[in-house]
Amino acid sequence: MKKIYEQLTDKQPWEGLFMGNHAIARAMLEAGVKVITSYPGSPTPEIAEALNTVPKEMRNYHFEWATNEKVATEVAFGSSINGNLSVVFFKSVGLNVAADSLVQLGLMNLTGGLVVILGDDPGANSSQNEQDNRHFARMSYIPVMEPATPTEAYKMFLEAAKLSKKHQMPVILRLTTHVCHAKELISFGAIGESKGFKADFDSKNGPYLPITKTVFPLKKKAMEKLDLIRKESERSPFNKIYSPFGCKDINGKKLGIISSSMPALSIMENLDKAGKPVDLLQINFSYPMPEEMIADFLNGKDEVIVIEELDRLMEYEIKALAFDRDIKCRIHSRKTHEDIMGELTSDRTWDILSACWPEVFESGIKPVAQPFNNPRIAQMCPGCGHRSAFHAIKKALPEGTVTVGDIGCHSLGFFEPYNMGEMLLSMGHSNGTAAGLTIGNDKRKVLAFIGDSTFFHAGLPAIINAVLYDHDFTLVVMENGTTAMTGHQPHAGTGEIGEKISIDKLLESIGVKFIRRVDTYQQSKLTEYITESLNHKGFSVVIASHPCMLKFMKQQRKREGFVQKHVEVDQNKCEKHLTCIEDFGCPSFVKNDDGSITVNEDLCIGDGSCRPTCPVSAIDFKKEAK
Amino acid sequence: MKDLNIYMCGVGGQGIGLLAEVMLRACYKAGYDVKGVDTHGLAQRGGTVVSHLRIGKKIHTPLIPPGKADIVIALERLEGARAASEMLSEEGKIIYYDAQYQTIGNRLGKFKYTSVEELEDTVKAKNGDSVRVFEEDLSDPRMQNVVLIKKIIELEWIPGMDTEKVSESLGELMKGKILEKNLELLNKEVK
Repeated sequence: MKKIYEQLTDKQPWEGLFMGNHAIARAMLEAGVKVITSYPGSPTPEIAEALNTVPKEMRNYHFEWATNEKVATEVAFGSSINGNLSVVFFKSVGLNVAADSLVQLGLMNLTGGLVVILGDDPGANSSQNEQDNRHFARMSYIPVMEPATPTEAYKMFLEAAKLSKKHQMPVILRLTTHVCHAKELISFGAIGESKGFKADFDSKNGPYLPITKTVFPLKKKAMEKLDLIRKESERSPFNKIYSPFGCKDINGKKLGIISSSMPALSIMENLDKAGKPVDLLQINFSYPMPEEMIADFLNGKDEVIVIEELDRLMEYEIKALAFDRDIKCRIHSRKTHEDIMGELTSDRTWDILSACWPEVFESGIKPVAQPFNNPRIAQMCPGCGHRSAFHAIKKALPEGTVTVGDIGCHSLGFFEPYNMGEMLLSMGHSNGTAAGLTIGNDKRKVLAFIGDSTFFHAGLPAIINAVLYDHDFTLVVMENGTTAMTGHQPHAGTGEIGEKISIDKLLESIGVKFIRRVDTYQQSKLTEYITESLNHKGFSVVIASHPCMLKFMKQQRKREGFVQKHVEVDQNKCEKHLTCIEDFGCPSFVKNDDGSITVNEDLCIGDGSCRPTCPVSAIDFKKEAK
Repeated sequence: MKDLNIYMCGVGGQGIGLLAEVMLRACYKAGYDVKGVDTHGLAQRGGTVVSHLRIGKKIHTPLIPPGKADIVIALERLEGARAASEMLSEEGKIIYYDAQYQTIGNRLGKFKYTSVEELEDTVKAKNGDSVRVFEEDLSDPRMQNVVLIKKIIELEWIPGMDTEKVSESLGELMKGKILEKNLELLNKEVK
């Protein structure tokens, strides 16, 4: 058994099955990256997971989980202008948080180089939208590379690092969810001798201060750099033609397809299957676009369709290019709103091709897929402290109370049976939104949730605002002592990075007058505190705390002599009130056909948080067989 | 060498990650070009988790379109039925471990939990094969993975993937007592 860190740090070239995110971590070590920063968010946290497997004494790089994506970007910027090759990575919507600083990077002379890795999420697999971050790149004058496979992610990172150092400008490596998580055979190169950290900042390398008129020379330089990069994309091996059967006349016309990254792979499958002599131009080094290459492609075709995932960016630029150069090729677009949504898998690219050229790509036999109407919605884990919290809080809410959700495992509280946290914008929005809901409102109570990692990430400014105006709502900090949803990364309040920063003391110091702390397993106490806090006039906070039980149980199971406990339902006592199932909602409970309630022992962790919820005390710890 | 689309599914927490990793490695060792991809993130919290594995001579993308899975490997009955309905191809094959994890909708009485007949009828309607697996005295639910793989080897659904290649793959992913237990289960004589 070879550990991930042994594979990552092996100085010799090797070949093996590897995940896209882990391949990028290897690429960082091969490229000699010195500083890497991030804030956790799917689909990218496995990059850090891999980097963090390397024992501290073996690392010649610095990795840090920053408080949020903006801070992460700034740390990477600072280390880059000191002469160190740096990387910042985060998820799609993380870019919105980072944007204030990120949009400036293109204007700066990044002497050490800086690669921005984005984990975009077409299909919104684990995000609140599927925003297309290629827009941001255009706004910020930053080149974009879009790998289609883990192998390409690895190779393109190396290329991005090289270009970034050469042109002293940021380069975006835009991944999508199923590139990050795909696995395949990858051939890696060698790791060279590592160099030390540099501290070479010199303002003469700049200027680094964009104020009024100094902005213009910086902007001009950014655009000139993009012109140089365009030349690189013209000759990049990542932009290429796939032509399995050559390009021949079909009904008197030569046809072509322009696509990029993963959808281009889907189209390759379509072409292989159809056996049609249609050319595909795959543009993975996508911004700035290789204009000459595209013009040549268009000139050789009578009709071309542009199929890109999400928004129409390449399409409009290609149409403008054809117009400017008076190219006569007819350029088609995707036809429906649905085509702008979700991942373009091979069945979908086939349908798009079929809608464009029905005589070439026949609309196939309808797939045998039938929708299965029995949804399995994600739920909080057995023993989750948030479940106890929702159960206890619900009891205290007067009719008409508005509950404001936020991002984290507790977002799942919106689903049955709790239905709490009724709106969601972004990380840390809950306090601002809650404040707005209270204005001119003396009829309905307002209660907001926030997780502990999010509290530090983007929660504080709105909390300070609530304190200043004494907005009349209650904030519940759903504290689980980790960044749980993304895989248990540390944050400022966990004490795993530096000394633990106390949420309670922070709140006190900014003048919050009503603060209560309770372990969520003490449900009646939590209910009491919520009632009290809602009656408090002005801003109030209840810290509803319990460690993440998924993390806790993982640690427990590793301990010598660990015995798994369970609860059981006493069938003689049970009067079928169904509180355990219908209100508390732990997934460990099973409702049998005869109406009886039993426990699924594969799921139950024996935490016992369900016991106080039974009105007739029919649930208790099972006396395990010795 | 025929291309095969292998779709794996289960409920978050059942250990589908290991199943997928062992299958990926064993198929690679059997000489296939392999491309795989797992679900990460939100759905891992008790939701449906899936893993796509495509094997063959030359594979471009890891994602299996709906209705195009030649083989479905399910760790749970309802998820098996879902995959049979949405992912299984005409004349496809499904093997499922008959663990039963109710959904919140099942417990609230809004949806009925799937019966074995319902699952099998779905497969029959596609002229496919279904194989149910269940072992009464399995000490650790996470070993259901290996029980399924053992059965797939016996059924010879994936030409070239044999006990040796699976054992090697397990050896790359685990060690000590857990490895011993899994290998013991894999090599156990079939009664």
